[in-house]
Amino acid sequence: MPFPILTALIALPIVGALALLAFKDDHEHESIIRNAALGVSLLVFAVTVLLWAQFDSSSAEFQLVERHAWIPAFGIGYAVGVDGISLLLIVLTGFLTPIALLCSWESVHKKLRAFCMVVLLLESAMIGVFVSLDLFLFYVFWDAMLIPMYFLIGIWGYDRRIYASIKFLLYTMAGSVLMLLAILGMAGLYATATGRYSFDLLELYTLTVPSHLQFWFFLAFALAFAIKVPLFPFHTWLPDAHVEAPTAGSVILAGVLLKMGTYGLLRFAFPLFPEAAAYFAPYLALLAVIGIIYGALVAMVQPDMKKLVAYSSVSHLGFVVLGITAMNTHGVQGAVYQMLNHGISTGGLFLIVGMLSDRRHTRLISEYGGLKHVTPRLVAAFLIITLASIGLPGLNGFVGEFLILLGAFAWNPTLAAFAATGVILSATYMLWMFQRVNYGPITEKNKALPDLKPREWALLIPVIALSIVMGVLPNLFLKPMGPSIERLLSQLKQGSSVQAHVPSTPTNSDISLAQTRGGN
Amino acid sequence: MFSSMNAIVPMACVFAAGIAAMLAEAFRAPGERMPIGPLGIIGLIGASVATFLLWDRNTASFGVVVADNFGLFVTWILIIVGVLSIALSGPVVEREGLPLGEYYALMLFALGGMILMATATDLLVIFLALEVMSLAVYVLTGIRRDRPVASEAAMKYFLLGAFASSFFLYGIALTYGVTGSTSLTQIGAMIAAQSMHPAPLQLMAMGLLLVGFAFKVAAVPFHMWTPDAYEGAPPPVTGFMSTGVKAAAFAAFARVFLSAYEPLRADWAPIIWAIAAATMILGTVVGVAQSSLKRMLAYSSIAHGGYLLAALLAANDLGKGAILFYLLTYAVTNLGAFGLIGLIESRERPNDQFKDYAGLWNQHPVLAGLMAMFLLSLGGFPPFGGFIAKYYVFMATISAGYTWLAIIGVLTSVVSVFFYLRVIVMMYMTPNNEPIRVPAVPAIAALALLASAVLVLYLGILPAQVMDWAAASISTIF
Repeated sequence: MPFPILTALIALPIVGALALLAFKDDHEHESIIRNAALGVSLLVFAVTVLLWAQFDSSSAEFQLVERHAWIPAFGIGYAVGVDGISLLLIVLTGFLTPIALLCSWESVHKKLRAFCMVVLLLESAMIGVFVSLDLFLFYVFWDAMLIPMYFLIGIWGYDRRIYASIKFLLYTMAGSVLMLLAILGMAGLYATATGRYSFDLLELYTLTVPSHLQFWFFLAFALAFAIKVPLFPFHTWLPDAHVEAPTAGSVILAGVLLKMGTYGLLRFAFPLFPEAAAYFAPYLALLAVIGIIYGALVAMVQPDMKKLVAYSSVSHLGFVVLGITAMNTHGVQGAVYQMLNHGISTGGLFLIVGMLSDRRHTRLISEYGGLKHVTPRLVAAFLIITLASIGLPGLNGFVGEFLILLGAFAWNPTLAAFAATGVILSATYMLWMFQRVNYGPITEKNKALPDLKPREWALLIPVIALSIVMGVLPNLFLKPMGPSIERLLSQLKQGSSVQAHVPSTPTNSDISLAQTRGGN
Repeated sequence: MFSSMNAIVPMACVFAAGIAAMLAEAFRAPGERMPIGPLGIIGLIGASVATFLLWDRNTASFGVVVADNFGLFVTWILIIVGVLSIALSGPVVEREGLPLGEYYALMLFALGGMILMATATDLLVIFLALEVMSLAVYVLTGIRRDRPVASEAAMKYFLLGAFASSFFLYGIALTYGVTGSTSLTQIGAMIAAQSMHPAPLQLMAMGLLLVGFAFKVAAVPFHMWTPDAYEGAPPPVTGFMSTGVKAAAFAAFARVFLSAYEPLRADWAPIIWAIAAATMILGTVVGVAQSSLKRMLAYSSIAHGGYLLAALLAANDLGKGAILFYLLTYAVTNLGAFGLIGLIESRERPNDQFKDYAGLWNQHPVLAGLMAMFLLSLGGFPPFGGFIAKYYVFMATISAGYTWLAIIGVLTSVVSVFFYLRVIVMMYMTPNNEPIRVPAVPAIAALALLASAVLVLYLGILPAQVMDWAAASISTIF
């Protein structure tokens, strides 16, 4: 039997979290606990990289699949596997967790052991969501993830943390319970067709769901994912959760949690109900475009940096949904790529905001000014990440947004045109914020701010390096996803009766096209 | 000749332990400490051995008690309820100065009544069991005699309970009038023969029985007694009655309605549908407005009764086991929660309000962690048992075609999360001015808490085995 690497990825953080219980939660053991937790998360990251190395990029199938019976009476199994779409999201999770732990090095002292445990348990649940090939298992991880995030915001957050954490949890849960019913309905449908229950995704893919049921099931799934993304108008929990969460929470929330919504659309809602997906795609796309513009406009007027970044997430995730709904190679590739980008650049922005607020204990833009002269290195990093977020060619954001717009344009030029204004708006609000924080006269309070410390270098260098690599060598990341995306698209095409909706584009040339464009 | 008595052995063990507890109390010198609680646990261990030996035998005694797997599964749940309740009662009994022997004797008698209720196959014996159980529980509710709130609770519970019992008895009388029998098998046969045109009297009989059961399981609109009774009783007693009484009543409910009255399903299904929906909605919505932990858990227990009713209604091939699995999970979770309340409160600090739990995590991380776990399980979060139990119920409900009931169920369970979270917010996220001092937890109570926690996790992570048992055992009744 091959080494169960995916199970190891899920189990490792849990084991690590339990091992932390061995240390007493007091001041003396603080550094041991921090280092142990960081060590575990780095180990997990190493395993995710190993996973990438083992992954066969030319295959479209699920790889490293493990299957065990769990509740056989209902055909519920422990089934995990990875394909090109989930692979990089898992690596992203592994990448951001050590960063989340490291960025709290100085800001979190209260109940440190519990903090580290919560972050590690969260990592385990997040990886579980991305590797599950059984709908029930997926739902278990999806729901289980809420608890550590709830504690993370509620205990270590800022002033209105309790309100924000409860809102986060109730919103997400309200969306997801209907999905649970749809999952149960799917299993029941499978039983009617074959005589036995199954929650196995690959088996359910083969099921042709009657049109009227597709309609309801898709709505139930899409609601759960739309809240998570969050798609306009389900986004109201996000600014609260982001603003009140500690930096580590924001990084994970923006970096990984939001991607679960778009990942869910790609993995479950669209391929399981292709007919309904084709029917609803224009509406989802419309909401996405509204979200792109609305998020950008609201971000523009935020006085609080964290809130600004939070609303920018609404806008950026709108792009991802738009790419998915285009249902063509460019669009979906761009969407998956943009998920990774957003994880890195928005994660980076939250890190920067966290560093500033660690120094000044405020996140209000108006409190800053002229930082360029005080903390030039911090500002340089800030600039690169800002530009990555805007989508400057040569940095990661460009590749994703470009591919998405290309895909969207092939499908619906009007929507693409409106979405493109989001790119301009994002330049406006990000650069304006950057200008107000870093240029202009230095105020008295900002004069003595320290520049980057070694720990902060260690946080920012990987983020910046990855932004550049992803901007210059997109093929490295696009290649493993290619076959899986093609498989997904052909699945959608077969299942959907609206053939005209999915334009047939040549595939291989697209990837190289994207690379040359990204490399420019 | 003794073999005909086999089926009553588990119950006999429990009653014998109860009598022993009473005798011990009679011989106890004032002020003498006697291990009466452990005595009861020994009796329960005896009962569990007997239950184990009777498994799969389907023995019957006197034609009115049958030890089928369904009854035995419920008996097991009740034994777990009994052991945990007794183990968690120790500190409370001592602190409140409750009469040691009476307390445990009443608990054991109630438990004996519950077991009888779960295994009885004759309406009159069910009534007898109901009364044995209820009378003991009424007294237990008011056992803190020096507290007005306890007396009020017991009085209210007793008065309403007496009404419900008389409804139930009337239902039995009418059933007898129509079918000429009180035995469930014969009633079932009679009703099946004329199910196409049920006599109005028969429907009335069914309705009256339904009222009696609905009262005992605290279903809306017969739930009025619940919050007061739960608040007035000592916490371990509340845990005991919210799980034990519910399990026993649901066992008899299922037996009567799924076997004897099964032919009239078309008539009772819509009523139970409505009651289940109302129970889930009222339990959660009113639960949100509570500021007292015990009252909140009372409403939560009402809501859980609603899920159980949904499971009862949907008891098709698939959902057969749902009701038993849910009862077991709910029992260990709720007992754990009430046990913790009992351990945390003190004579000066009744710990009634949410705010009394502020900052518990700071001083007692383990207790707070366990409480959070029980509450999250009640709220239906994975990886705890409550999640699987709810999933099981909804799976059954959906596949039986009651989609709207399932939708009401999941939405109310989201609402219910809100009030469970309020307690967690208090324990973890609210600073406290004066530290909460919890008296040392005795080993036996700690062990009981640990056992509940392990069970909650076990049922949540590896539920397959218990699910299979539950499904297999309920198929012995229909």
